[in-house]
Amino acid sequence: MSKQYETVIGLEVHVELATKTKIFCSCSTAFGGAPNTHTCPVCTGMPGSLPVLNKKVVEYAMAVGLATNCTITRHSKFDRKNYFYPDNPQNYQISQLYAPICRDGYVEIETETGSKKIGIHEIHMEEDAGKLIHDEWEDCSLVDYNRSGVPLIEIVSEPDMRSAEEVIAYLDKLRLIIQYLGASDCKLQEGSMRADVNLSVREVGAKEFGTRTEMKNLNSFKAIGRAIEGERQRQIELLKEGRQVIQETRRWDDNKESSHAMRSKEDAQDYRYFPEPDLVPIDISEEWLEEIKACQPELRTEKLKRYKEEFEIPEYDAQILTGSKQMADMFEAATAICKKPKKVSNWLMVETMRLLKEAGQEPEDMRFSPEHLAKLIELADAGTINSSVAKEVFEHIFHEDVDPEKYVEEKGLKTVNDEGALRETIERIVAANPQSVADYKGGKEKALGFLVGQTMKEMKGKANPGKVNEILKELLK
Amino acid sequence: MANIISDETIEYVGILAKLELSDEEKEAAKKDMGRMLDYIDKLNELDTAGVEPMSHVFPVSNVFREDQVENGDDREEMLANAPKVKDGMYMVPKTVE
Repeated sequence: MSKQYETVIGLEVHVELATKTKIFCSCSTAFGGAPNTHTCPVCTGMPGSLPVLNKKVVEYAMAVGLATNCTITRHSKFDRKNYFYPDNPQNYQISQLYAPICRDGYVEIETETGSKKIGIHEIHMEEDAGKLIHDEWEDCSLVDYNRSGVPLIEIVSEPDMRSAEEVIAYLDKLRLIIQYLGASDCKLQEGSMRADVNLSVREVGAKEFGTRTEMKNLNSFKAIGRAIEGERQRQIELLKEGRQVIQETRRWDDNKESSHAMRSKEDAQDYRYFPEPDLVPIDISEEWLEEIKACQPELRTEKLKRYKEEFEIPEYDAQILTGSKQMADMFEAATAICKKPKKVSNWLMVETMRLLKEAGQEPEDMRFSPEHLAKLIELADAGTINSSVAKEVFEHIFHEDVDPEKYVEEKGLKTVNDEGALRETIERIVAANPQSVADYKGGKEKALGFLVGQTMKEMKGKANPGKVNEILKELLK
Repeated sequence: MANIISDETIEYVGILAKLELSDEEKEAAKKDMGRMLDYIDKLNELDTAGVEPMSHVFPVSNVFREDQVENGDDREEMLANAPKVKDGMYMVPKTVE
């Protein structure tokens, strides 16, 4: 009988905080600036420069800790982690080892097998490194320090996950919590959320953990799923062959769907941590903690419940609407204006999702204003425009954020409510299409649809299709 | 000297600090480190049970900055410190992962 193996996974998740400035200097954290235009002596590690802690970083870290049921460390400190690499100009990273700001939390995840608590060992604050670009021509590397000193929190989970499904549910949960807090946009593709996967396998029933490896370079949920499956297989195969898993860091190559051991751990992993002498400790008072607690926004679970109760939105729709902070914000803002939650939900669930998908975008990329969506709903409800015109106008709202009222006016898209004019047009269409009229009278329902279509075309889409139907049926009696 | 530093230790510490030491320098460093550890042993004679480890000399905490951008683009000035520059970036020996 072949042995059964269990996969044990713990995650280290790095999240770039949404502060305006870096963690220890007042350089901008804006993404995409020309190389090295957001740097100063502090974030390039010039001798003699001194770091000063950004208060907002501490507040975001506390907020994330509170939202993940952590204990906030009331007396917290920074430490120096020493290593040499050109993306780290100081030759050390300022991080937290001995007194991280948050400890002992958990989040609850939902998977097909039910709900489960995933423990959070700790959350600490640290600085990001610069970016290395490898220059093929000169056989050298080029360094951009714009990212050096961008604030990060590292969320270290307990080894509580057993499958890729649980890992993804956990990451999704963290992403939503952090987005709702406004502490980060958590985009895996852009690197504002990065996950390292620690994975080991053991025989089912074994008490001890197996030897683990750490996998880096995972920048999408799909890559994470594939990497976990790949690494699990690799380790099981090694064990089956009677070989050992070596504790090492591996780099996942999603194109090749395989991983390889990274620059060597024969370089000793000895970071010689010591208390950071350039930064004083952080004391968190009861008042400060209460202040942060009082500012915690409504998180997803609460919103989900409220949408169902207050707006009578079905579970599935509420899941989608609260599945991203931007979507939930859009829903609430538009609903506040037009007071029609179900209509707003419908536009977001159907047309908005369709257009996002078409453009290959995420809800975070929505650029239109809730006022314009609310106005559109009112125009459609008042019968000023018909539903197909409304869809057309919405596409322009979605892409260009046009004001629907002005747009409808300018393009002359208002529904023609002049029954006399409509009747005249329909009479003309009926006279011009004797075959269809005969077909309809002969029992072909479809022929009516053709006549409605012809009328709408003639009216340039501005007629009320219900009305057209009604008049047609009356004329063809 | 009670603490004797082995050749392996000094070699290892040298690698960590990215230092290349001559044989003479290694001997001198071994002696220095031995004396430092002797001093630590001396400190260890004190009973520190119940004493909070100290990380800072001054009783100061919570020195913060507000989250406001104050630094502008000083790229040229910053790059003046670089040994070599290309395309607005610091040029360094090739590093491979």
